[in-house]
Amino acid sequence: MAIEIEQPTVGLSKVAVSETHGEDSPYFAGWKAYDEDPYDESENPSGVIQMGLAENQVSFDLLEEYLEKHSEASTWGKGAPGFREHALFQDYHGLKSFRQAIASFMEQIRGGRAKFDPDRVVLTAGATAANELLTFILADPGDALLVPTPYYPGFDRDLRWRTGVKIVPIHCDSSNNFQVTPQALEAAFKDAEVMNIKVRGVLITNPSNPLGATIQRSVLEEILDFVTRKNIHLVSDEIYSGSAFSSSEFVSIAEILEARGYKDSERVHIVYSLSKDLGLPGFRVGTIYSYNDKVVTTARRMSSFTLISSQTQHLLASMLSDQEFTKNYIKINRERLRKRYEMIIEGLRNAGIECLKGNAGLFCWMNLSPLLKTQTREGELTLWKSIIRDLKLNISPGSSCHCSEPGWFRVCFANMSEQTLEVALKRIHNFMDQRKTETN
Amino acid sequence: MVFKLNNQLLSKIATGNGHGEDSPYFDGWKAYDEDPYHPTKNPKGVIQMGLAENQLCFDLIQEWLKNNPKASICTPEGAEEFRDIAIFQDYHGLPEFRNAVAKFMAKGRGNRVTFDPDRIVMSGGATGAHEMVAFCLADPGDAFLVPTPYYPGFDRDLRWRTGVQLIPVECESSNQFKVTRKALEDAYDTAQLDNIRVKGLLITNPSNPLGTILDRETLKSIVSFVNEKNIHLVCDEIYAATVFSQPDFVSISEIIEEEVECNLDLIHIVYSLSKDMGFPGFRVGIIYSYNDAVVSCARKMSSFGLVSSQTQHLIASMLSDDEFVEKFIMQNKKRLATRYSSFTNGLAQVGIKCLKTSNAGLFVWMDLRRLLKEQTIEGEIALWRVIINNVKLNVSPGSSFRCTEPGWFRVCFANMDDQTMEVALSRIKTFILKNKEAKMSVKKLCWQGSLKLSFSSRIYDEIISPHSPIPHSPLVRART
Repeated sequence: MAIEIEQPTVGLSKVAVSETHGEDSPYFAGWKAYDEDPYDESENPSGVIQMGLAENQVSFDLLEEYLEKHSEASTWGKGAPGFREHALFQDYHGLKSFRQAIASFMEQIRGGRAKFDPDRVVLTAGATAANELLTFILADPGDALLVPTPYYPGFDRDLRWRTGVKIVPIHCDSSNNFQVTPQALEAAFKDAEVMNIKVRGVLITNPSNPLGATIQRSVLEEILDFVTRKNIHLVSDEIYSGSAFSSSEFVSIAEILEARGYKDSERVHIVYSLSKDLGLPGFRVGTIYSYNDKVVTTARRMSSFTLISSQTQHLLASMLSDQEFTKNYIKINRERLRKRYEMIIEGLRNAGIECLKGNAGLFCWMNLSPLLKTQTREGELTLWKSIIRDLKLNISPGSSCHCSEPGWFRVCFANMSEQTLEVALKRIHNFMDQRKTETN
Repeated sequence: MVFKLNNQLLSKIATGNGHGEDSPYFDGWKAYDEDPYHPTKNPKGVIQMGLAENQLCFDLIQEWLKNNPKASICTPEGAEEFRDIAIFQDYHGLPEFRNAVAKFMAKGRGNRVTFDPDRIVMSGGATGAHEMVAFCLADPGDAFLVPTPYYPGFDRDLRWRTGVQLIPVECESSNQFKVTRKALEDAYDTAQLDNIRVKGLLITNPSNPLGTILDRETLKSIVSFVNEKNIHLVCDEIYAATVFSQPDFVSISEIIEEEVECNLDLIHIVYSLSKDMGFPGFRVGIIYSYNDAVVSCARKMSSFGLVSSQTQHLIASMLSDDEFVEKFIMQNKKRLATRYSSFTNGLAQVGIKCLKTSNAGLFVWMDLRRLLKEQTIEGEIALWRVIINNVKLNVSPGSSFRCTEPGWFRVCFANMDDQTMEVALSRIKTFILKNKEAKMSVKKLCWQGSLKLSFSSRIYDEIISPHSPIPHSPLVRART
């Protein structure tokens, strides 16, 4: 055995010791509660129900059915011919058939209203990697990206941790359903200026996480005009595009660009992934679609650090090139998500709780501000802790999403069965009833 | 007014050349891409000998896959696991995956050590692992010491986005390129003089490009060096199971288990399945650290490069099949040994020597110093271009590995079948014999004594172009 010697441990990097990984945020305390006491229909019916995880589990049967019918196409078939080619394939361009399948899938989601060139598709291991990679390419350490609030808490890590880039918030509030306004954009830009920070771009999520709503066409136009005026980049994270409840309500930045004849489009980059729309987060399939050649080339080179397993590329290329399958999947998935959304909205309304009007995503944005003892972040966190402790529901507090108004919560509804959702709604109903009785 | 987006609107990292693709290392690849060898469709094409891939054991894997349909979540037998696997994105990784990898790593080291599955962290291939370790251990401007010659990808993997520097520890052929204490100290002192903070030492064992293993004494000396300087030691052991002949591979994990004073927090291993198993496409990179804080940090960072759960599932299945693994490891070594000896014997027939201490890896370290017209990098690159353009082999020049002695070339032999290897050998033999012939005719002329020209450059003109620049030179007449 090695004789261990006592000496001050040689330091790790500043990146390593920083807390920018974000795991000390309250966002994770709810998860820990769930990990320690997870709900199970039969084994642990009084456990914590996970409503903090934006996963899509409503359409697996469609995928499973596909695999059953097409096992030869998606595996390496009998005797595994083709295995060898895939096992060796580590070209950072990615399987051409896979890129083509992704491009066509993205087109289908947008109802054919935008075209995607497979040669502009860069593959990364998840949108997590895609967002970080783009940040490395578009900004230097100390620079900033402007991000509308409320935003996905993971951005704090993905955009900032190893890149050294900052996030300056674009404040949005409920007075106009949290939409981005030109005033808010200008204000954020000024905030950065005052702090002597160079702004390199704006990053929007459309459909929005956590709002569960698509960005309107007019707002997208304003944002595009703004970044053009300031000569900065625009990253559009569209990972929930296939989860809009109806195809016509989602407008992609790609459509705006197409309408403008792709003028000045080199500043625009789209992030996509199969983790939400297809419900395959484990497979780590992310993409960057850039209208800027240099960004495509550089992103491709950088993707060496985070390539998608060729085994997975092969499986999904097969599945996603089956246009009949994808058309059907997209349609049914949207339907089921809409139904699930309506179910939770109605359940919450019956309990006296209102949500933001949503039309996309795997969650709703719930307004519990009437329940806060004080309209402050502390008030929100106090309420949140009691929801975890007493209702045994892990939901995400708005403050973890940097929402400037306390009292909003993100509640996921697609990562569980209908029965479990019923149980959750019942608990909420009882809780609200109890409060009514207490107040009376 | 049109505001044109230009390069200044991208980051310094993006606009710099830290991606490393401007290196000559890639010119040979381009030559191959434009004219790739094929036994029937393009028998005169360039043979790829610059790619360190292991293609010798796919038949064993294919057989296993046929017999184990459950390992794939796409087969009827395995499909019931599809849902759970598809959702699984926990950065701890599937427990059965980590267990299987830990077992495989132990078997690859003759079961002389065991590995704790909880110290296994995933990454996007060894490429991702190296970058991740650098992010964990060093700040921008800090440096790692790296013995030369070393894998060219390190320049990108350890430096590009991290801002970390690499300082070479120079090794020489006079002692088989061993890593000496003196060379380590010299490199460290150089850094001190330049006011550069050294955070660690990176060794590759077995070595790429040398194909040698580090002996016990050297490893012990390295361990004592890093402890003395209180710097990290990163051991890239991705070729561990490619050691095909004696002496046995000694992993750093074995050294620290022995009676050696060592701060375990300094020791980190990078591993991968790309070379030992031949699965570079699956992007299975592993960081194994004896430092809890590094395990914790790396695990969080692994979010940027997790292994696909589909692949984790397959690998977990395959590598927990003890019988298969043992058979695979043994066959792999056997086939590599056979390929190595066929290749080196063929080379020896025309007087080409390779580093004699090599007993591992997927390549030979070929000594072509005597073929250089000048013992310089330029001389080496000139010879390299001849080999690519005339001999039509993509090999890797030693200078791309920062080798301080010109004339060495890394030549891969495990990424092709037997026939292709024979073709490559015969091209080499032809080239060498032609070269000898040209030299012989020059010797004759030398003896005649009347010409004062530089004959070695004439030889090159003959070999590179069929038309001599001076059509009526005595040299041309002598050859015909």
